[in-house]
This record gives sequence, structure tokens and C-alpha cells, in this order.
Amino acid sequence: MPTLEIDGGKVDVADGLTVLQAAERAGIEIPHYCWHPGLTIAGNCRMCLVEIEKIPKLQIACNTRVADGMVVHTTSEKTKAAQRAVLEFLLINHPIDCPVCDQAGECKLQEYYMDYDRQRSRVPLPAKVRKKKAIPIGPLVMLDQERCILCARCTRFLDEVTHTSELAIYERGDHCEIELAPGRVLDNPYSGNVVDICPVGALTSRDFRFRARVWYLERAESVCGACANGCNIEIYHREDRIFRFQPRQNLAVNQYWMCDNGRLSYRDLQGEGRLMQPVVRGEDEFVGSTWASAIGQAAGRLADLARDGDPGAVGIVVSAQAPNEEVFLLRRLGAALGARMAGISWSPPGAFHDDFLVKADKNPNTSGLRLQGLGDAGAVDDLIRAAAAGELRALVLHRTDLTAWRDAAAVQAALERVPCLVVIDTDRREVAAYADVVLPLATYAECDGTFTNHAGRVQRFHTAVAPPAEARPGWAVLGELVARLGGGEPPASAAAAFDALAAECEAFRDLRYDALGAEGQPVAGA
Amino acid sequence: MAERLLLRCRDIPDLRRLDVYVAHGGYEATRKALTTCSPEQLVGIVKTSNLRGRGGAGFPTGLKWSFLPKQTAKPVYLAVNADESEPGTFKDRLIIEQDPHQLLEGIIISAYAIRCHTAYIYIRGEFALGAERFEAAIAEARQAGFLGKNVLGTGFDLDVWVHRGAGAYICGEETGLIESLEGKRGYPRIKPPFPATHGLFGCPTIVNNVETLACVPHIVLRGADWFRAIGPEKSPGPKLFCVSGHVVRPGTYELPMGTPLREIIYDHAGGIPGDRKLKGVIPGGASMPVFTADEIDVPMDMDSVQKAGSFLGSAGIMVMDETVCMVWTALVIARFFHHESCGQCTPCREGTGWLEKVLRRLEYGEGTATAADVDLLLNIAGNMMGTTICALSDAAAMPARAFVTKYRAEFEEHAALGRCPFRPIAEPSRRHAHA
Repeated sequence: MPTLEIDGGKVDVADGLTVLQAAERAGIEIPHYCWHPGLTIAGNCRMCLVEIEKIPKLQIACNTRVADGMVVHTTSEKTKAAQRAVLEFLLINHPIDCPVCDQAGECKLQEYYMDYDRQRSRVPLPAKVRKKKAIPIGPLVMLDQERCILCARCTRFLDEVTHTSELAIYERGDHCEIELAPGRVLDNPYSGNVVDICPVGALTSRDFRFRARVWYLERAESVCGACANGCNIEIYHREDRIFRFQPRQNLAVNQYWMCDNGRLSYRDLQGEGRLMQPVVRGEDEFVGSTWASAIGQAAGRLADLARDGDPGAVGIVVSAQAPNEEVFLLRRLGAALGARMAGISWSPPGAFHDDFLVKADKNPNTSGLRLQGLGDAGAVDDLIRAAAAGELRALVLHRTDLTAWRDAAAVQAALERVPCLVVIDTDRREVAAYADVVLPLATYAECDGTFTNHAGRVQRFHTAVAPPAEARPGWAVLGELVARLGGGEPPASAAAAFDALAAECEAFRDLRYDALGAEGQPVAGA
Repeated sequence: MAERLLLRCRDIPDLRRLDVYVAHGGYEATRKALTTCSPEQLVGIVKTSNLRGRGGAGFPTGLKWSFLPKQTAKPVYLAVNADESEPGTFKDRLIIEQDPHQLLEGIIISAYAIRCHTAYIYIRGEFALGAERFEAAIAEARQAGFLGKNVLGTGFDLDVWVHRGAGAYICGEETGLIESLEGKRGYPRIKPPFPATHGLFGCPTIVNNVETLACVPHIVLRGADWFRAIGPEKSPGPKLFCVSGHVVRPGTYELPMGTPLREIIYDHAGGIPGDRKLKGVIPGGASMPVFTADEIDVPMDMDSVQKAGSFLGSAGIMVMDETVCMVWTALVIARFFHHESCGQCTPCREGTGWLEKVLRRLEYGEGTATAADVDLLLNIAGNMMGTTICALSDAAAMPARAFVTKYRAEFEEHAALGRCPFRPIAEPSRRHAHA
């Protein structure tokens, strides 16, 4: 384990690390553009040149391996002069169009100029090399060649990660430009990542650009709910609207990336079909209700029908869209009612998946459902048959679009024979038409909780925005319903609900909500 | 040196033909090397000879060979650098076109020495005749049993393939050459790792210049001591000097390493025509710092030229008389490097173009240049030096710096006058040939 000195401080690091990585571990930032932890080393931007004693020339920190006794200076006059020189070179042909550039506020040229350069331009504007601007190169990505610093992060990503190579560098010298290969379009399922890794305004998101200045946005750590992979993300939001998802580093799950489908799935969380307030069936139409009244009615009818009927007269269907905490509280609900439980993990047939991040299972919590014993795929069909046979007195559908996921006519016929249907969901779906009580839920962007991904990793998501209108977090709604039915005290938080789950369920026994961390923890045996 | 070796083609007609070449002792060196020496012995002989690379950097050839891994499961490649593109240089082309078997012998012996069974020759794209003649030489040699399986019955196998470049100067940089040979854009690689361990297709690779390899058969036949005795001991051997510009007899001269620059210009090349005065000489190709007329009493060997503040480089000697505008010359050179920068590293990509712009302003700017531009040139050049993956950035910055430093008054005069004080000279195109 080599010991080196960086800016006067001793640093012990593992062998094989680079000077840049060693400095990072010591909390010292060495500015860089082309280096990215998920890509091969290009060494082209020259921004990370540092002075190393006993080596006559400055060395690039990204490609210099640490050695015992190495003495590195990241703030010496020689290093600073090189940083200023590289920034000046980078800017001489840059259009400096920050006021109309969507990258402003998260641009490494802006940041490093303020941190390391701050000199006046020595190149008159008309002398700059002109290139093409605002070229759509794919459904998600807009290219501006003038702003490009040719760090080759995008081309390396497309060569090394997606192996699709849509973009390449053409021409030479200061005429170099990023361009699509002839006849190609940047439309691979991971195209949006090039926008994230572009350190400047050369590649911007056609979905996000000009919708908000980033300095007005807040961020929440979350987990993408678009499939079972559970890519770690950040939700960028402002005034209870979500503006974009970006991947968050988790080497065990998604490295630094996410798929385009997941990236755009934020739209599904704030669609037109959201349920806004609790409703109950009146004489001949639904009427709005207060939460207290709606939960009271649901609890009352469920309790009556459970008491009057045979064991198993009440059915509960829980989908793999539900977080672990909601699954747990629904199991408590089931225990209080002596209900038949069924889990359902439905994905559109033939949905895109690959051997990288995108899973065929389009539910974020299928593993969580199974680990809590709700994995039997046949149970749902048994329930539908029981309903059709008139054996079910009441049915609770949680985040479940049963008519779309099974034969619609058969489900409708079955639901018509169930005297009481309680629908608990985020969005209005077909089944709601048959409901007696509808309770509106928060999405995972609107509450705290956890999903268990395909590999059994339990990962937290945090509240980013408030639920619309009167919708509430599932753990709160279900906790109250359970309490009304005598199934135990309602949990005070998602954390409390999770810890109660951990206390009861073998797979989760070693986990505590507050100890899950930013990157999650595997369940026992995963 | 009375006897010409590297340029025997000047004395023997049709030497490029195998029968003529063999009739004049051709392939004796190959036979001697493969039948009487082990590979290790050959590496030792080349090391002892003090042969240094003739491509420009002057790295000791035997030492380079010894960097190959001693044990490797991977194939070892020899890549012959025939991408001769340094302005003012035309020596390798002569060998390839006029005496290809001399080079082929050098390739066979060197490949045997480094245990290589596949060699590539990367020929500059414009050398159409050279490529054709070298292909023909390979075919002849193969038919005669000097190439292919079981060379001369020794059990040694060797194939040589011709790869033609596509017109990029940077592909003469050894890792740019390797990338290009792999079918990629000619981007020099970051080092480490070095080609000796991770070269062509990730395998151990030696890249040697044409003239360097052409020396090897002579070393084998006449011995390392003979070679080391020609010129200075640490940078010895016969050397090809390419003389161009304002001389009576421009051309390629084979002379002992260390021949004084003054002697090359005034004796061998016949001096400056029309009794005009010498103004400056670039000693080693366009990328090397210029010498003033007072600095030409320098022995032309690697160490002496370096001590005098320039480099022997490719030994492309460009002679300029008093009619030459040094701002214009600096501009032409800057334009070349701007055009040839691969664009990978920031300082070179941006700096080469900036140098050209400032020089163009001084020469053709009609008063837009200022006195501050002279120091700006030095400043840009300074920021370009030693900060990039390969040496092209330095190659562009060094001559610019030398021209400004050594002819500063002329640059200042341009700025003060707002025009070039010399006779009008056509402005080099502003267009990029490829843009």
C-alpha cells in the first residue's frame, strides 16, 4: 500500500490507483474533463496536469499510477499555470453563449473558469472557429459542436458501454467535431447518458432543455421504478413538479448509467390520470369524500363482510408496484381480515429488456413481494375464479390494473359479483369503475420507502415532491386502515413500517431503514 | 566517406531488382545473421553498435528492442515506420523506391532478432511508387526464400505486409501509426503502457524507422565496432542528410554522422546560389528550432545539434537565404502543424490554430497585429510545450519560439509596419484541405 504526499498531506492508498483517484480519496479535487470513472482513460483534455517531484514534465493525474514516496503538488505555480493555459486553450474557440446555453449552472467550463482561470480572452470573437449548432442527433439528444471540448466521453461511452458507436470525432485539429456516423441516429436505449457525462453544453437533453435553469432545481435521492433493476437516480424537482431523472452512482446496481425508458418515466408519475381525492360510491355516482370518512367506510364494510362471511371471504391483491412497506401493511390488513392474499407482478408481454440494465420485469418490487410470501402467480387467478363463483364478499386491489393484466371480460364479470371493491392506487384505472371506495396514493417520488430490486437489494427512495391534491403515502393510508380493523398501531413513518417488517420477516431481519444508506443493502441470502 | 552504403543505389543501376541486389552481395547479411547468430546476439550487436533511431527522436535501437518482454505468449510485431512526412525530409522514400531489398534485409534480420514473425511496413499514402516497388520486392524475396516459411532453411518464419497510410502526418508518431495500422483514427496513445509491451493489437511491438533498419544489415556484415567508429561514438554511423532550400545542389547526401552543417551546405550542397547571404537553417525537419547563419558550425550528430539548441530530428536541412521572410516561414510551418494536429489534446488542438492566426495577422493582417502579438506567440508556444500526449505540440511550438526569439526584430518590424517588409509573397491558403 503506497504512501504518497499530496499538497503536503500524507495519503495511503491502494496500489494501482491513479494520482487523480488518490487525491479524490484525500478530498482534493484535481480538475478534469475527459476522465470518467466508468470509461477508459483518454488523457486528452490535459486539465489534470499536476506537478510531481522528480519528474521534469507535468503529468496527467488521470493516467499516472501512484507510487510510494511520490510527492504531488496540485496547487503549485507550475500546476496552476498549466490549468490556466489549458482553460484558455479550451475557451479560445468556445462561443461563450452561456446565456442561451442549457448547460449553464452545471457546466464544467464555467466552474473551472471561475475556480482556475479568470483571465480575459485574448482571442477576438470573429477569429473563432465556427461549427454547427443545435443539431438533433437522436430523440433525446441535441448537439452543439461549437461548445464541444472534444473530451471524447460520449464517443467512449458509445464505444465501450453500449457498443453502438453512433458518434465519432471527425476532421482534425481545431476543426475536429463530434458527429453522427453516416446514416446513424443516436437512438440506442441508453442514449441519454451522453448528456449526463458531457461536461459542457455540447450535448443537451431535448426533453429537459430550456424547461428550467438547474440552479432553481432541488434534488432528491431515489430509485427508478420503471423496472426491476432499481437504478439509483436523482429526481430534479421544483415546486412539486419533476423536471428530470438522472442516474446516481451505484456500482452494485447501475454503475453510472440508466436507460432512456427509465429516464423518461418521470412523466408517468405526473400524468393526467392521477387520483386526487378519496371517493366513495353514492346512490348512482362517485362522490368525493374526506380521508376519515372514506377509510371509515372501507374499514367498516371490510370488517362487516369478513365477520359475516367464511374465512377467505375477503381477497387482497398486491402488485409488485407496491413498496416493501405497503406490502407489509397489506399483509397485516389481510391477517386482520382473515383474507386471501395474492401478489401480482405483471409486465407487458414482449417488453424491451437486455443483458445490461433493462429488465423484462417492469415492476420495481417483485422481489420484495416474493420475499414477503406473495409470489404465487396462480393466486390471483384463483381469486378471480372465486370472485366469479360468488365466493368473495370483498376485494382490495392495491396498485393493480387487473382488467388490463388479465382477460378484461372475465375480470369485469368477476368484479360485478363482488359486493365490495376497495381500490387503492395512484392512478385511475379500469377497475376503479367497479369500486365502492377509491383511495388515492402517492407515487414513489412523493413519499419515502423502499423497493427490493431483482437481485434482492433493498434501496430507499426519498420524497421529492408532494402528492397531488389529497393523495397520501401508502404506508400512512394502509397503516390507518389496519389500525381501524384492530390490526395494530399505525406506523409513524415509512421507516417505522420498514423496521416493523424487518422484525417480522426473515429475509429483512438484518436490515434497518436508517442503515440502508444511499446505495441500499442486500436482503439475507441475496 | 568515399563509400556509399545506404545510397548504393546511386552507384549501382537497377539495384532495386533482386538479381542485381544479390549480385552485389545482397542477402549475405541475412544469411549471416540467421545462420550464425542467435536473436540475443543480434540484439547485443545492435546495442554495441550504438545505432540510434533515424526517425527523429534518436532513441538507441538495441535498447528499444531490449524492452520487449522476455517471455510472452503473444506474437511480437515489427512495424516499419515509412510514413516519412516531416517537411524537408526525403531519405526513406529513396531507400524504399531505389533499394527496397536493403530495407527488407534490415526487416528480416531485425524481426529475427526480436522473435517477430509478422512485420508491417506503414508507407506514407502519397508514396504510391514506393508501395508498388516494395510490394514487388516482397514478392521477389518470398519467391527466393528470403521471406515466408522457413527463411533460408533456418526454420525462421516471417511475413511482411505493406500498409499504406491515408495522408496524416500524425501517423508517423509511433502509437498513432499503431492505431492507424489497427484501422482506427490515427490518435497517439497515452503512455504508459509503451508499445514494447502493449503495441499493435495489444501485443509487444517495435516501431523502427526505414533508415534505421537499413543500417542493420551493414552492422551485421561489418560489425558493431566498424559502425561505432563512423562519427561520434555515442551517435555514430552513416547518415542521410536531406538538403533543400537555397542551395546550389539540393538533394539527399550520405555522410558520416557528425559532418559539420557548414560543410554540408557549402561543400556538398554547393552553397547559396547567387552569392546571397545565408539567413537561417532548419537542421532537422520543420519541427526543429532554426539556426541562424552564425550557428552553423555544428557537427550534425544527435548530441551536438541538441547541445547547440536544436535537434537532428529527421536530418531535413532547410536552407534560407537573406530574401526569406522569417514571419512568413514561421507561418507556413505553423499552418502545417495546425493542419496536421490530430486534435486530441487541448493545447495542441487549440494552440496550433492560434499560432497560425497570430502569425497570419503579423504577415497579412494589414495593420491588425500589434507589438504584443510577438510576446503572445512566445506565450502560446510556451503553454503548448510538454503538455500533450505526443510530441506534435512541441513540434509546432519549438520552431515558432525559435523564429520569434532568433529573428525578433523582424517580427517587431512586421507589427510596427502593419505589413511584411519583404517582397509580396502569396498568402498560404486559409482553407483546410479537408474542411
